[in-house]
Order: sequence, then structure tokens, then C-alpha cells
Amino acid sequence: MTQTMVESRPGTATAQAPAGEGQARSREAVLRVFRGDASGGSEVEYRVPVAPGMVVLDAIHWIQAHRAPDLAVRWNCKAAKCGSCSAEVNGKPSLMCKTRLDHFAQDRTISVRPMKTFPIIKDLVTDVSWNYEVNKRIPPFKPRPGADWRWQQSDVDRVQEFRKCIECFLCQDVCHVLRTHELKHQFAGPRFFVRIAGLEMHPMDGEDRSGFLKDHAGIGLCNITKCCTEVCPESITITDNAIIPLKERVVDRFYDPLRMVWRKLTGR
Amino acid sequence: MEKYETHEHDVLVIGAGGAGLRATIEAAHQGVSVGLVCKSLLGKAHTVMAEGGVAAALAHVDPQDGWETHFRDTMKGGSFLNHWRMAQIHAQESPDRVRELEHWGALFDRTQDGRILQRAFGGHTWKRLAHVGDRTGLEMIRTLQDQVVHLGVPVYMECTITRLFTEGGRIAGAMAYWRESGRFVVFRAKAVVIATGGVGKSYKVTSNSWEYSGDGQTLAYEAGAELIDLEFVQFHPTGMVWPPGVMGLLVTEGVRGEGGILRNAKGERFMWKYLPEARRHEYAVDEDEARRWVEAAVENRQTDDKRPPELSTRDNVARAIYTEVREGRGTPHGGAYLDISYLPAERVQRKLPSMYHQFMELADVDITQQPMEVGPTMHYMMGGIRVDPDTASSTVPGLYAAGEAAAGLHGANRLGGNSLSDLLVFGRRAGLSAAQYAKALASNPRLDEREIEREAGETLAPFERTSGESPYDVHRDLQTCMDRHVGIFRVQEDLELGLKTLATLKERARKVRVEGTRLYNPGWHLARDLANMITVSEGITRGALLRKESRGAHSRLDHPSMDPALGKVNFCVSRAGEEMKVAATPLPEMPAELRYLFEMAKEKVG
Repeated sequence: MTQTMVESRPGTATAQAPAGEGQARSREAVLRVFRGDASGGSEVEYRVPVAPGMVVLDAIHWIQAHRAPDLAVRWNCKAAKCGSCSAEVNGKPSLMCKTRLDHFAQDRTISVRPMKTFPIIKDLVTDVSWNYEVNKRIPPFKPRPGADWRWQQSDVDRVQEFRKCIECFLCQDVCHVLRTHELKHQFAGPRFFVRIAGLEMHPMDGEDRSGFLKDHAGIGLCNITKCCTEVCPESITITDNAIIPLKERVVDRFYDPLRMVWRKLTGR
Repeated sequence: MEKYETHEHDVLVIGAGGAGLRATIEAAHQGVSVGLVCKSLLGKAHTVMAEGGVAAALAHVDPQDGWETHFRDTMKGGSFLNHWRMAQIHAQESPDRVRELEHWGALFDRTQDGRILQRAFGGHTWKRLAHVGDRTGLEMIRTLQDQVVHLGVPVYMECTITRLFTEGGRIAGAMAYWRESGRFVVFRAKAVVIATGGVGKSYKVTSNSWEYSGDGQTLAYEAGAELIDLEFVQFHPTGMVWPPGVMGLLVTEGVRGEGGILRNAKGERFMWKYLPEARRHEYAVDEDEARRWVEAAVENRQTDDKRPPELSTRDNVARAIYTEVREGRGTPHGGAYLDISYLPAERVQRKLPSMYHQFMELADVDITQQPMEVGPTMHYMMGGIRVDPDTASSTVPGLYAAGEAAAGLHGANRLGGNSLSDLLVFGRRAGLSAAQYAKALASNPRLDEREIEREAGETLAPFERTSGESPYDVHRDLQTCMDRHVGIFRVQEDLELGLKTLATLKERARKVRVEGTRLYNPGWHLARDLANMITVSEGITRGALLRKESRGAHSRLDHPSMDPALGKVNFCVSRAGEEMKVAATPLPEMPAELRYLFEMAKEKVG
């Protein structure tokens, strides 16, 4: 049964039997891995034997065990649940644990580089501490006073999309406000709009984060190019479901003309 | 020696999974200064991988449930080797801990009347696991993490503790290095809470990440604490078996909780064959009854039908799958089929979203259409640091432990869902007791500069060597040794061979050489972790040799039945100079009022 699935898929190592040379040998992948630190570095080529279903992180582990024991990489669960092994594979921000080698053409070199948006520490490891600083400033969950702690499954389902974020920071890496314009001091980034959406849409939450979104998180800087949504390994529709509704909240709260008049009159 | 930074806290918590976070919160609530140290980034600990749910007798779905039944299930699941008092506290307090989590913002799936929904799990009489799809651990860790962040507790991320310091037998602090820079850090602390998880990385086929190298158990052992029940290693019955890169990756018990059926290559539903006679009456008698039970669960209604045989305890299901494969009825990749595809695809995707994606992306298997292939994977340690049930204190003053690193609650086998509740219940107690101890301490314990220097030298030694093996080679051989000799079924000769191999591995690990600089160097980090893995592996093997019986997760082919005399003792590991000492210590006896709970239910104790 498994076999049928594998064979129906193009470019799968076990299914393809390419004619000609190399057929007798076991397959090798060629990886070019960035080696270096804050003072500079370059890509180093490694040839790695390929097993069926192997992912880029397996290849990195093979290199550590056989070629470069000091190759720095972060990883934990190896199951796309912890969001530790983020890198740029052939230029695309990806989790190495779910990027399969058999998705690349056999003759193509696979480049593995650290996330560009964050300062490099060594090899594939970057300094992501800025994200933790942003998170500290987000107003936490605050239950509505006197709330009845009962709600429907649909309330859970609605907000679950935002709460399944694994904090891989790939959306932060790809976001041009952070990556190209380097506005980390003004802009919280897609990860934290997802985080705020998860709090704002919590059925029991009573906090208002629209002021924070406008003045501290810089949500206005996002011009909805949806790059973050494209790279999200958890398939969270970041732009449409988190950022745009939050932008609307900010607009309603601060820029609605009727409300502006009302606020002037009442002083609220 | 080189300059190092020093930090001072009343309570130092090591490990930032569920137990460490919960301990941190409680200690901070007591108004003492707390520091939290973890080897990875915050929020990446193994709790994030927990899928199925947290066990608590809330009785939202099955109103018959209560702490007494949860207590009985836990004791039966652990073959009565559990510390009765821990099992009692755990069953009584876990509902409050789950509700508290909800008030801190955790979102669980709901019942029709809007309360926390609960699902069935192996060995639990009633539907008991509060969950959110199959992402319960993620929801828990984010909620706890957020509490810690807003309490302003300093978190020392990517920092590895290598030694605990004592003064006059009590805790005085700890030594660590930053994984990023390789520089040393010294912590002065009145109390330490160990919440470092298990030792999965001693095995090749495991659901555990690199972090699970027995650090906490080894730190405690070297500081003079006692470890118990190390021979009880839980092999989760359902790990992925294909493709090779993901071998061992966890397939949540939630699949079986939702109605997943196990079959062998011949299509036989084999679990009935393996139900222990004493428990058979707790399960459906045939496929029809099992199906009716699943239908009722799907429709969220009460039923008198009994649960399917796949919901037997983990030790039992793991042995069943292993035996089916060994006897030639395994699937093409050496496992069993686990099938949930007979349920509506929409339900499977909603209740088991990460399993759906995991199989689709890593194995090209659509679990809504096809069965999964699964086999046992090393998952959890029941054994660990011996603690006092009420205070979570170890046998060393000022040293506390909680979660997987501690022992006693689960006995010979842990029920699924009981570890998330364990983290909350005993994490809280450990944090509370550590804070109280620190407050009551009149004077600050002193650190000995010579010990700091000695420890720094030892940690850096692998850089000094001009010859020696790579730590990766020794690690690979350790995993082979443990998989082969101290696995799911054990015999005397294998265990003896394992012990002999471990002695040579210990020597080899002492001589490993690392390349490169101290800057984020995984080879160097492994060299250090390796020593811990070997220490705990030796404890596992020694315990397994002495326990000449089969009980819970410990199965001896040469001693296939339970020995009532061994049911009255824990094997206790402690350090005697450079040697590891193992002694049988008496298991505390359950008081009459708790024994009465079993008599009421007409169940045998022991």
C-alpha cells in the first residue's frame, strides 16, 4: 500500500530507477552547508549517502557524525512540532526536519544556510533572542471579569489555527519588513501577530491589545505581501486570518470617523 | 582559571518542560528569587511533543469517574510498584491543576455543554484525558511559558548544567556552560529543582530528542541522591517504523483512543490474544462491541460497551506488537498496522491533525485512507530520582525533582496521559517545597573555588586530547548496546553482556576527543552528555539484572512471571565512591483505607 503511494510520486528516490551511470551505486546527495560565524564564512560541500524518506536534518546529522562534529545546528523533536531546525534550504525558509531530499532533483546541489534575518552565531545557528524580547512586551491573557468558563468547540476551533504556531520564526525570517528593511525596533513581525490573534480571539480574554498593535507592534508596516503565509510549516493563514483582522481592529478602534467624533464628545 | 559569570538565586530550576515551568511559577509565587536553566530555547522542551492529553478525573464525559478510580488505574497500570502516596496525590490534585491551566489561558477541546472534553486512553477506566486535538503539549507549554515570562523570571536558555555543588551535604549551587559561547557560568543557589526529563538518547529507536541524556538523574546521583526503579523503561507501542529517518517518531496513543485498530500482516486483530486474564473483563469481548464503543465515543454519548483491546496498557501493547513481528506476522517494514481510516476523514483530520500531517509529509501515507505502520519505540523512564511524595525532595537536602526525572508515581509502567498531569502536580509541589526550604535556610551555602576549577578542567579535557575517538562513534555504540541488550525483552546473558559493554563504553567516553572551538560545538556538547547517558544506562542494566521477574515494562524472558517478593521492593541505585551500588529497599505499604478502594471494586492488590 505504501509502495503504491511512493511510486505515484515524481522524483521519489525509491521509485525512480534512472537508467545509465550511478544506478548501481547507492544514491548520494550533495549539500553545500554554510560554515562560519559572525566574522564570516562560506559554503562547504558534503556528499551524503541517501536513505529512503531522508530529510535535510538527517543529512546534517550524518555530516556531524562522519565529517564535521562541530557543525552547529539546532533541533529537538525531528517531527515538525518544536520549530527548532529552521534554515534556508535552496533559498527557501524551511524546517530541515520536514524537507525531504527526494523532493530535489538528484543532480542538484542542495544549499543549506542559516536564517538571514537574525544575527549568525555559528553555521546554521542564529541569535533569535530578539523574538523572546518582543514576546515579553505583549499584554498577556487576562480573563474577562465574572466570565462563565464555558464555551463551544467552535470557539476552540476558530482560535486553534493561531495557537498551533511552533515558533520556528520562519515567518519572521521571510518578512521583508524585518529581513530587508530591518525594522525590528518598530515591528513585532508575523509570529507575534499570530500570537496576539490567539490571545485576542480567546473566548475568555478581556484585554484590548489594539493600542499595543498600533504603537508598539507596528502592524501598519505590514503591507500584506503574504510571504509569511507561504513559508509557514503549520499552514497558518497568517496574513488573511491573523494580520488583516487585527489591522481592522486597529482601524475600528482608532480611525473610525464616527468613533473619533464620539471620543471627542465623551472624552472616552 | 578563566573568568566566569556568577548568578545567585534562592531556587534554581533545571529544565524548562512542563515540570520545570510549573515549579518555576510556584517558587516565584512564594516570593523567592528563581532562575530557570534549559539546554534548548524556551518552549522547545519535550512537553511540546506530548500529543494525547492530560489525565485528570474531571468526570466531564464519564460522570462515574473520580480520584479513587484514577488512583486505582494508576496503581494497576504500574503493577503496584508505585509509591501509593504519589499516586494518591496525583489523582487528587490533577483536576485542580488542569482547571488552573485553563484559567491561565489554555484552551482545551469542549463537551457539548461547553466544558473540558475528555478522551479515552490505555489503562484508564473512564474517558479522562483533557486534550486539544493532538497538540495538548504545545498548548500546555505555551501557557506555562507565558506565565513564567510575565513573572519576570530570568531564563538561561541554551545553558547546560554539568555539576551540582554541595556544602556539608546540602545543595550549594551548580556549574554550567553556555552552549553558544562555551563560556562557564556558576550558579549560587540554596535549592535546586531537577526537571530534566529522561534518557531516551541512550537508545537508537526512541521518540526522544537529543536533550534526553539523563542529565538530571546523573547530576543528582553524583551529588549523593538515590535513584530508584531505573529498570522500568517504557517502550511506547506505536512509533513510526518507516522511512528509516523517522523510525521511532511517536504516533500518539490518541489514535487508539479515537478508535484505531491494530492488525498484523495477516489482517488479524491480535490484541485480544494479549490481554492479561486479570484485566480481560475490562475490554470489549468482540469486534462488534469494540465498534459500538467507538461509535458512542464519536457521537459523544455514554455507553455500557467496554473499550477496545487496543486500549490495553502500553507495556502490554508494545510486547504484543513486538511478538507479532518476531513470530513472522509483521508488516513489510517490521511493525503492525494501525488503522483509523474506517472513520470519516473529516473526523480523523480534526482529532488527529498532526498525525495526519506527520504521515502525509514524512511517509507518504494518508491515514484517512490507509493504515499506518507502527512498532515500539523507547519513550519514557518510570525510574529516576527518589523523592518524598509530599515535598518532591530527594535524599539530598535542598535538591528536589519532578516529572520524568523523578520516580515513584508510575511504578513499573506509566499510563498515557499521566505524565502531563505528573508535571503539573509534582512540578508545583517541587517549586513550593524548594522555595520554602530556601526561605528557611539561615545562611547561604558556600561554593568551593577548587571544585569549580576542577569541573571546568574536566569539561574542557576533550579539547586537550590529541588522540581519541569522536563522541558520535561512542554514542552510536551505546545506542546499539542498549537497543540490543537492554531492550523490550531481556535475558540474563544479554544483560550481562550489556553491562560489560557499558564498562568499555565508559572508558571510551572518558577518552573522546573533540574538534573545533568552544563556540556552539555539538560534538563537545555530546561528549559531556554521553557520560550522563552511560551512567543512567548502567543503572537501568543493573536494575534489570537484579529484577528477576517480569513486571510492567520490565520483561524477562528467563523470568516470565511476577515474583510477589520483588513486588515489595524498589531497586535503589546510589554512588559509592567510583562504584555504582544497587540495593533492594522496601516499598512503602499502602494504608488500609486505600486498600479498601480495591476491595470495594473486587480487585486484587499486587
